[in-house]
Amino acid sequence: MVQLKVNGVQRSFDGNPDLPLLWYLRDVLGLTGTKFGCGMALCGACTVHQNGEAIRSCSTTVKDAEGSEIRTIEDLAAHGLSPIQGAWLDANVPQCGYCQSGQIMQAAALLAKTPKPTDKDIDSVMAGNICRCGTYQRIRAAIKAAAGEHA
Amino acid sequence: MNSITNVSRRGFLQGMLSGAAMVLCVRVVPDVLWPHEALAAEGETAVDRAVLHPAVYLGIDPDGTVHIVAHRSEMGTSSRTSLPLIAADELDADWGRVKLEQAPGDARFGNQDTDGSHSIRDFYQPMREAGATARLMLIQAAAQQWNVPASECTTELHAVVHNGSGKKASYGDLATAAAKLPVPKKEDLQFKPASAWRYIGKGQPSYDLADLCTGKAVFGMDARADGMLYASVEHPPVLGGKVKSFDDKAPLEVWGVKQVVPIDPYKPPYVFQPLGGVAVIADNTWSAFEGRKKLNVTWDDGANASFDSTEFKKELQATARKPGKVHRNQGDVDATFKTAPKFHEADYYVPLLAHASMEPPAALADFRDGQLNVWAPTQDPQNTRETLSKLLELPKEKITVNVTLLGGAFGRKSKCDFIVEAALLSRKSGKPVKVVWSREDDIRFDFYHTVAAMYVKAAVGAKGMPTAWLQRSVFPPIGSTFTAGETYGSADEMQLGFTDLPYDVANIRVENGPAEAHVRIGWLRSVANIYHAFAVQSFADELAHAAQRDPVDYQLALLGESRKIDIKKSAPDYPNYGGSLDDYPIDTARLRRVVEIAAEKSGWGKRKLGHGSGLGIAVHRSFLTYVATVVEVEVTPTGEVRIPRVDTAVDAGLVVNPEATRAQFEGAAVFGTSLARKGEITAKKGVVEQSNFHNYPVARIHEAPYQTNVYIVPSDAPPAGVGEPGVPPFAPALCNAIFAATGTRIRELPLSRTKLKLAPSAHPQAKKNPSA
Repeated sequence: MVQLKVNGVQRSFDGNPDLPLLWYLRDVLGLTGTKFGCGMALCGACTVHQNGEAIRSCSTTVKDAEGSEIRTIEDLAAHGLSPIQGAWLDANVPQCGYCQSGQIMQAAALLAKTPKPTDKDIDSVMAGNICRCGTYQRIRAAIKAAAGEHA
Repeated sequence: MNSITNVSRRGFLQGMLSGAAMVLCVRVVPDVLWPHEALAAEGETAVDRAVLHPAVYLGIDPDGTVHIVAHRSEMGTSSRTSLPLIAADELDADWGRVKLEQAPGDARFGNQDTDGSHSIRDFYQPMREAGATARLMLIQAAAQQWNVPASECTTELHAVVHNGSGKKASYGDLATAAAKLPVPKKEDLQFKPASAWRYIGKGQPSYDLADLCTGKAVFGMDARADGMLYASVEHPPVLGGKVKSFDDKAPLEVWGVKQVVPIDPYKPPYVFQPLGGVAVIADNTWSAFEGRKKLNVTWDDGANASFDSTEFKKELQATARKPGKVHRNQGDVDATFKTAPKFHEADYYVPLLAHASMEPPAALADFRDGQLNVWAPTQDPQNTRETLSKLLELPKEKITVNVTLLGGAFGRKSKCDFIVEAALLSRKSGKPVKVVWSREDDIRFDFYHTVAAMYVKAAVGAKGMPTAWLQRSVFPPIGSTFTAGETYGSADEMQLGFTDLPYDVANIRVENGPAEAHVRIGWLRSVANIYHAFAVQSFADELAHAAQRDPVDYQLALLGESRKIDIKKSAPDYPNYGGSLDDYPIDTARLRRVVEIAAEKSGWGKRKLGHGSGLGIAVHRSFLTYVATVVEVEVTPTGEVRIPRVDTAVDAGLVVNPEATRAQFEGAAVFGTSLARKGEITAKKGVVEQSNFHNYPVARIHEAPYQTNVYIVPSDAPPAGVGEPGVPPFAPALCNAIFAATGTRIRELPLSRTKLKLAPSAHPQAKKNPSA
């Protein structure tokens, strides 16, 4: 039995502990805001926070998450839109939107650590998150705008 | 034509209205406008893009809510928002009180095949008519109530007003009365003047914006049903392969696996049939993936096992050097070649490409009691319904195709093979089944963008201008998907940036040579324009440099005087994207204008660029839209390419949603970057060698253009496409910029195949380019 906290709720899981966290969130808990994109930690669509750090849930097992606090996109706006989500709306970032949960979770973790990221910071931290529609320019603008709000 | 809609009659509307109380609401506009046209559409096939007179759904509740059906699929282009905006504008409706409902696949909505960048083009007028019809009925209802002539009434936001008395009634209050009026004839409709537009030309953010940023949006991958199972399919590694044997026991020992089900191989032509193979059904996606690893399938690979993309490339290139089938013949190219003093010729090559939308193919199907419901990210719900009907031998009436949001599509999700898999497996298991393709499945079993070899030859005369131009392209055609063994490209593929060569050259011949398909061929964002624009726009740049002329000046000289090209004279079969040449001519004035704007905005010839930097330009008309793109590159001493800036000028006729349009062109620059830099699918022994983003890389944030500036040319020409036309000019503009920066000419994509070197000082040819 694996114990973990998801979006503030204590959970226990008695299935195969090798189950990737992604599929636990999506298929078991029904939290489909976290997306499947590659299954190999190559695209970032599945990004969630484990104890505040951005991780790839497709390559993290439920066992790896034991005792952790997991936070998903669904919780980010639990008490109103977070600044990063507000910036995403203002910059009209999404096109198809499929990758954006992961982008936002990654960007939120970036800003938590680096409140005033440079272009270089953004490149290095966001390079793991693919957007096939090509919204990178707006992602960069939204992160910078959200950084301004943090100030 | 009645005016009160019994909502319960229409299953699709039930989801639109929350709660049973709403079911009896009154709708002022009939659910089908002009039923004879809707009926005409009923018999059309979904691939028939000629259906221009759809039924449009628009209704108003007594509480003032305006319901608009979005009948085209949303894959990121904002058509789901922009089309209803047009209806809302003509209705003078408050966009904040509009509720959208995504239509299921049904011919009564008109064409729903969301590809070819024609959503706005084909439905701009029907949407206006829908809004104007409702507005007129509301005005008439108010006039009756106030006992004044309708001509004295007008509308402001969401209300009718009487000019004389200042009386005012809200749309909601008028809805019931308006519903009792006869539906006005089309010719009685009055459209707002452009000066009164609220939304057209101004736009609105995506209707789904907040949901997309909070994880609430539902894609095909996210569809859920009570008691559902999850399936993953092991496909034959070689196209046309068949299962010889597999282990149906070992997968069942994997945690969560419920069932192992073989799927029959397709019968040629494969069209959109499933590929066949073996499915593993489980109670979660991961277990289905894990179960597949225990299947131990042995395959009979079949004839395509001899396919080797490296060998095939040589074949294509050899064919491109031989005479082909003529698609356009103007003047006498051969005679001019005989007497010409100077020639320039070049071969170009663009490999197979995969779509790799961020959401891999996924669909949920629920088959029970002879009724099939599917939820899928499909670009073409009508074709999906027809294909399901045929392959499952079910009447269409028993099938509902619900359209979710699409997590990217780019043409892949026009093909419903993965949806058919879900339906077959739901029928077999008796439970709702969601089929999920892994990324590996997506990249290895795509309907690929075809590989192409091109050959271009010009006779060169005074001032380096061509006097004769021969161009030939050779590619396994999309037709091979629909007709087994088809080797020649269609007029539809050849028109995409090839037959329509807009240059002022007296003698032009355009040819196509044969090529066999060994993988499934489909259409990818902008289709054959990708390779055709790469060849033509690279070649134009080569001619400019050979003539030691500035590429922008040379482009303008090639385009010649402003004129509408009489293409039918030399290419009688030219399809013009299904648009009439009267409404959508090939207008060199518009090509010239975008070249001039892109050049000016980019600072062409004016900006000082450092060593290793350069600008390149390309201009291209596709999907009836005119685009010129200037790319700035920086090549580092180690040969790495950075793209600091892109300037794109776009003339797409009337633009409904400028912000969404800008986003499409920003995205197209990134899409172009992906295919130009590293995009390549290869195959050995018939098996595709790429499988995920490590070996089929797409552009990441640091590789994408840092800044793409989009300039929309104000125009009142009929609306044209915006989803695709940004892609074709990008790769040639990038490669032309690389030439300006380094003197290295790229004739084969992707760039990663060429080791770029930065000379200690700029290349002598590049030096002469004022843009470098």
